[in-house]
Formats: sequence, structure tokens, C-alpha cells
Amino acid sequence: MITLLNEQRETRLPDAIASGDSLWLSRENVEQALGWSWKPEGLCRDETCVPLPREHASELVRDDKLDIAAMWTHMGQPVVHDAVADTWVFGVGSHERAHALSDLNAPDFALPDLAGQTHQLSTYRGKKVLLVTWASW
Amino acid sequence: MWQVLFDSLKDHNFVVLAVAMDQPEAARPWIEAAQPAYPCLIDRDHHVADLYNLVNVPQAVWIDETGRIVRPPECAGSTDAFRAMNRATSTMPEEVIAERNRIKALYVDALRDWVLKGDQSAHALSSEKASARLKLPEPAIALAHARFRLGQHLLRAGQTQEASEQFAEAIRLHPDSWNIWRQTAAKLANGFAAGPEFWARVDALGERSYHAPIDLEGVR
Repeated sequence: MITLLNEQRETRLPDAIASGDSLWLSRENVEQALGWSWKPEGLCRDETCVPLPREHASELVRDDKLDIAAMWTHMGQPVVHDAVADTWVFGVGSHERAHALSDLNAPDFALPDLAGQTHQLSTYRGKKVLLVTWASW
Repeated sequence: MWQVLFDSLKDHNFVVLAVAMDQPEAARPWIEAAQPAYPCLIDRDHHVADLYNLVNVPQAVWIDETGRIVRPPECAGSTDAFRAMNRATSTMPEEVIAERNRIKALYVDALRDWVLKGDQSAHALSSEKASARLKLPEPAIALAHARFRLGQHLLRAGQTQEASEQFAEAIRLHPDSWNIWRQTAAKLANGFAAGPEFWARVDALGERSYHAPIDLEGVR
């Protein structure tokens, strides 16, 4: 069973097929695991669509599945998987991270406290926030 | 650590969000002992470090009422004073301790000033100044975070060896991240990643900082 990690999502994908550095996902799985939609015009999210690379488009689609690993790499974002290829991490590219920081709107996130209650940064709008890290180590 | 400050400012529309770059069970005793009145979040996969391009603790971001960053990530009042420690006795010269405390106080005073005065505070940066101070990630850093995320997942699944290989790659890709190095390093009995390997790594910094100095008036 393939597990795909992206941002804070962790999605188990019974129908995914891993082969070497390729990961083949159905339209539905792409959306479910990554929050992007695979449309005729390319991979889309919000107002953005990234076309499949024209010269390799035929290699990236097979039996109604997309080689999402190749596409993600084409989009300049990191893809890593473990040796047995059960677990794949689809990271967010540095250009997207940099872009999100550059407009100075604090990137939103949600994390649990020890009791398991989730806290989302954006729910503190209207207050000044000191976001500060620490660790036991 | 921020409790006294939070208590004195909580009626001024201010909150501290403490994020532990840590495993929940390692963070738990610290949080239970301190019982902070502000939220203490657990970020076992260092997601916030990935989002904000953080490399060490403590680092802090000041975010105003509209969600705008008015001070980008910077060291939250700590210094490299510990590097002057006598490693045999774990003691530091008095003047080093005094200077460390002075800088911590400067940072806390600046924070208090911003909470009370908002945009009128000299420490709330204009967009131009805040942008100039932003440190933006390189591709290798994004890849390092992906490797670290995979390593943490493998560790939870009991695949210790495979996890170590991912962590080694993450450290190679992002050597400036003490978050990644210390989280994954062997710990002493007290839970600190502060054995000989840590000191060797600190010494290897040479003239470079462990905590980048805070760009604040009065900090040398």
C-alpha cells in the first residue's frame, strides 16, 4: 500500500502503482493526495494550471493514470521515496515557499497541542502573534 | 519561558504561539512542568521550519493583527554565549552571562514595545525592511525538508536504519539546519543533543554564528 505525504497530509492510496522513480495515480487520487486537479489543460490549483511537458506528455499518462512523480519534478518540487517505495514525500518547492514568504503574509498552518487540540495560525487574526520555536534537545 | 511576558501583555490583544520542533513525548515533560497559559504546539515533522525557512531554536516571527509579518524569522533573544562555556565545569565567565542577559532583555523590551505601540514601534519593520531581512530557501533546503519528513515517517514505522539514511541526506543537503541535526542526533541522558559531536560541529562554525545575531539597536 502506497502512502503519500504532502504538506501535512498523509494519504493511503490502494490503487497507486509505483515503478522505479514513477508513481502512477488516478485523477481522483491526485486530487485527494495533493489538492491539485488533473485537467485536460494540465495540473491545476486555484487559478494556476501547469501544462504537462509537451515533449513527454505521452510518457506521463498511461491507462488513465498520471506519473505524478515526473510531473511534480517537472514543476520544480522535490519528490523522495523510500527503498521499498511504499512511502513517497511530495515536498513543496523552494520557489513556492519563497513566493509565499515574500508577500509577508504569514504562511498558515495548523498543529496539535499535547492534548490533541488543533491550533491554526489564521484563527488568531485580530491579535498580535509571537510565533516562537523551541525544543527539548 | 515566555510566561512572564505573556502574563504582562495578554490583555493587549497579544498571544504567544510556542511551536516545539520536537517529538511529542520529548516535549511533554517540559510543557507539563512549565504549564504555560499560551498554546504549545507540537511540530514533530518540522512543518513550520519548512514553511518559514527556520534553522534553529529559538527563532521567532512577529505577526500583526492582519496576519502580516512585521519581523521575519530571527533568533528570539538567544546568543552564542554558550560557546564561551568552560566545558569541564559547564560554567561561563560572568561578563559573558551579563551580556547574554542584556541581549535577551533588549529583545523582550522590543517585543513589549511592539505589542503596546503596534506600527508605531520602531521595532515593527516596514514591508521594505522586512522583505530585505527575509531569508528565502534554496532548492536543496526544500529537498532536505522532504528527506526529513520521510525519515520521521520511517522512524515512526520502526524503520530506524532507513530513517537514518534519509536524515543523513537531509543534513548533507541543509548543513545550516541545527533543527534537523539536533532532532536526529544521539541524545545525552538529559535529552540534549550536546555530546562531543555537537561541540565538534559548533567548533567547526569558526567565525560563523550558531544563533545569527539579532538585528536590533544595542545588539553588538
